Amino acid sequence: MAIHAEHELHKRRFSRNLGVGLLLAGFVALVFGLTVVKVEQLGAVQGFDHVLRSEMLPKEEAPKP
Amino acid sequence: MTDATTMIETEYEAGFGDYFALLKPRVMSLVVFTAFAGLMVAPVEMHPLVAFCAILFIAVGGGASGALNMWWDADIDAKMRRTAKRPIPAGKVTGDEALAIGLALSGFSVVMLGLATNWLAAAILAFTIFFYAVVYSMWLKRSTPQNIVIGGAAGAFPPLIGWVAATGQVSVEALLMFGLIFMWTPPHFWALALFLKKDYDTAGVPMLTVTHGRKVTRAHILVYTLLLAPVALWLGFTQVGGPVYLAVAVLANGWFVKGAIDIFRRTEEVAEADGYATEKAFFKFSLLYLFLHFGALMVDQGLRTAGVL
Repeated sequence: MAIHAEHELHKRRFSRNLGVGLLLAGFVALVFGLTVVKVEQLGAVQGFDHVLRSEMLPKEEAPKP
Repeated sequence: MTDATTMIETEYEAGFGDYFALLKPRVMSLVVFTAFAGLMVAPVEMHPLVAFCAILFIAVGGGASGALNMWWDADIDAKMRRTAKRPIPAGKVTGDEALAIGLALSGFSVVMLGLATNWLAAAILAFTIFFYAVVYSMWLKRSTPQNIVIGGAAGAFPPLIGWVAATGQVSVEALLMFGLIFMWTPPHFWALALFLKKDYDTAGVPMLTVTHGRKVTRAHILVYTLLLAPVALWLGFTQVGGPVYLAVAVLANGWFVKGAIDIFRRTEEVAEADGYATEKAFFKFSLLYLFLHFGALMVDQGLRTAGVL
């Protein structure tokens, strides 16, 4: 008896695998996009990079007369 | 023929669409629409991607509760013509698979909604899933003819969740949108039960038509329709309402009340003689009713954004 490489069952399995694959890819893209939006909504963020930035130092109070 | 080929030919393996059908796509479309409306009319600007995620996760949560409902109700679904082709009674998906998908998607949707928007919205979504799957499906549906009334709350939550996802708090507008769907659900389903009488009889679901008779059901449709009208009109006088909504609410509720009075006045003989024409028309209009109300809210919001109002 000849072996059929492509059974209807295989098509159904392929549709399921393809669906799950696309869902996962979409979910990854969504989480990435959401992360970008959330980080942007935080406003300006400065990381510590071992360089003194004078604008970040507390302002000195003017000497009292 | 070998044993292996016999197995392949007799055992059904579900495709992607069979699993998707577990999520009740038609109910999900209503959830998406009303949640979108709730989110759109909220007086807060939301990033489009965050708004998209919010609606998506609310829809997934709604779908998850649909899968749990199908798992629990598989026995009665098999008896009703309307539901006999659902994936579990049709033998395409097993009950265990539906339960697993329902539970997994419930957790997933709640956590993701919380991360994408806020945890109050996520908590209300979790409560909605619990309410539909446990309170409605497990406790009420088979035990009381008021199943539709109380269970209707589950379907009424999406616009409220959409609003809370945008604003972070519950307000009178959100509660009125909830009330609109909550009060709309009983007349909608009882009209359906009037002309699908045999289905619920066969399954033994204690619909009002089965337990209290059709005359009482007709009276209940009228009472709930009369209670629905003030809720719908009240929403028009809040900050989300506007001239378009008010005009739609007056016309649609006028038609709805008239339809309910017609249904109340009809006897079974008259209804059977014309094939439940009035009941079917009322049911069809009830679908349009919700679409018109939430659509009008969004039109008014659009006019406000454009500076016309």
